[in-house]
Amino acid sequence: MELINKEQVSKKLSGRLMVNKVMKFIFLLCTLVGLVVLATLLIDTILDGWRYLTVDFFTNFSSSRPDNAGIRGAIIGTLWLMATTAPIAIILSVGTALYLEEYAPKNKLVDFVKINISNLAGVPSVVFGLLGLTLFVRMAGLGNSVLAAALTMSLMILPVIVVASQEAIRSVPGSIREASIGMGATKWQTITRIILPASIPGIITGIILALSRAIGETAPLVIIGIPTILLFTPTGVLDTFSALPMQIFSWVKLPNPEFQSITAAAILVLLFILFLMNSVAIYIRNKYSKRF
Amino acid sequence: MSEYNIREMIDKKKGKSGNAAIEKAVPIILLIITLVSVLTTIGILVTLLTETVMFFTRVSPIEFLTSTEWSAFSSDPQWGIFALIMGTLKITAIAIVFAVPVGLGAAIYLSEYASDRIRRLVKPVLEILAGIPTVVYGFFALTFVTPLIRGIWPEVNLFNAISPGLVVGVMIIPMIASLSEDAMSAVPNSMREGALGLGSTRLEMVLKVVLPAAVSGIMASIVLAVSRAIGETMIVSIAAGSTPNGSLNLMESLQTMTGFIVQVASGDATYGTDTYFSLYAVGMTLFVFTLLMNIIAQWFSRKFREEY
Repeated sequence: MELINKEQVSKKLSGRLMVNKVMKFIFLLCTLVGLVVLATLLIDTILDGWRYLTVDFFTNFSSSRPDNAGIRGAIIGTLWLMATTAPIAIILSVGTALYLEEYAPKNKLVDFVKINISNLAGVPSVVFGLLGLTLFVRMAGLGNSVLAAALTMSLMILPVIVVASQEAIRSVPGSIREASIGMGATKWQTITRIILPASIPGIITGIILALSRAIGETAPLVIIGIPTILLFTPTGVLDTFSALPMQIFSWVKLPNPEFQSITAAAILVLLFILFLMNSVAIYIRNKYSKRF
Repeated sequence: MSEYNIREMIDKKKGKSGNAAIEKAVPIILLIITLVSVLTTIGILVTLLTETVMFFTRVSPIEFLTSTEWSAFSSDPQWGIFALIMGTLKITAIAIVFAVPVGLGAAIYLSEYASDRIRRLVKPVLEILAGIPTVVYGFFALTFVTPLIRGIWPEVNLFNAISPGLVVGVMIIPMIASLSEDAMSAVPNSMREGALGLGSTRLEMVLKVVLPAAVSGIMASIVLAVSRAIGETMIVSIAAGSTPNGSLNLMESLQTMTGFIVQVASGDATYGTDTYFSLYAVGMTLFVFTLLMNIIAQWFSRKFREEY
């Protein structure tokens, strides 16, 4: 008995190969959608905004007159926000990652902490905004200050840095850890002299990527009540401030077409900062990541 | 140097009380830091719950759940969350219908067809797309996509569901593509070779072997993407408008749960008013939605991990 009808198979084969080819092309098109959108977005924004990228644009404060509008307050505010967010987020997240990887016993509580962190990663940023509004702005009485916003942002990006740091710490091989203990080092000495130096590139990459998420995040700032038009820059963490994404959001809503170009210019500045941060992250990842 | 001296040195070092104290203190300090993440969750729950309860002492929960109209700023305010949920669902549906086929197609191409060189070229682009701030996407939706759509169908409103829906879709494509690709790459090559050896074409191998084997990972990526679309804020508050309604019309202005929260917060919601407390009731609803999605996604990915 013949198991395979050769004639039938060869008759169908060309059709099947054709469908395969067509679908491969469609899959390729799907892959290109992202590329095309990214290119369109960049070109559209550059064409719209490059004319406004003048020195005045960087030195002027926000204004209701398009000719005078600038991003000085927004940029300095964003720098303040990042400079305050970074240390808080780093201490909280790297500490958490060290505890979970190095000290945590295997029990229900630790399992719960881990599940909790992955759930926090899925909480929408508006909800973090509501938390910040109630806890830091109102209850702690910080008002719409740099510190209140930084605390909110830190909690929001905490899961990202924790997960990245955990991976980096886990990738340090057991052998060099054992070598350190074997030489008589204590646990904390092993952590500070062996494990942290070996895992720092991964941790820093995670921190930069998390901060680059925080720098463009708008919703929590809106909810905390960060002002959009501010004619001074903060002098301390308890002062109020404005931020670049906040400035973009307030300009987007203006009907004046000139403001559309100004918004585009501000977006270009934001994207350039993001591009710089990501480049540094990739550079660190490639240059310093050691293979054991 | 004799052995005796070394021993003496070690003993002298050990005698330093500072070291022992540090060794004892560090785990406790780190544990306290770790508990901050738990406190954050408790903080979110307590904040949302207490203020939502305050809201329900003023507005009946039955009206909240059964009324179909939401008008927080009128003189006779209506509090039917249904209108806001409909807005969120319309945006999410458009985003998912657009992003799932495109994201899956990209994942299949990257995992099964593409050469290493193309993969190395495309993956960073997806990472960049995922890293673009949502306020920038919002600007793109309002100033580029909306005019484009209105050029084709002039009857579409300046604020509509289609443009922000599509742009939210663009935002979640990288997530679906990269998570689904991870799931597909985890399918053992022996299964692929088995299918090809039996004479199937590459497409048949993908459809009948790889996709079924990776299905729970793919489902997890889709559910996570849904959760992200539901929680997306800036794109919808910029490009979708601010008129809550329960209709299925995609061409008119609408408002999502997140859009309402932003609208109230960017105006001056005085502390203690109904509108102020409604922020938290809406936030609570949003939180429940996304939490459910995250739990379902975790269930899917646990199932996925068990298989191989």
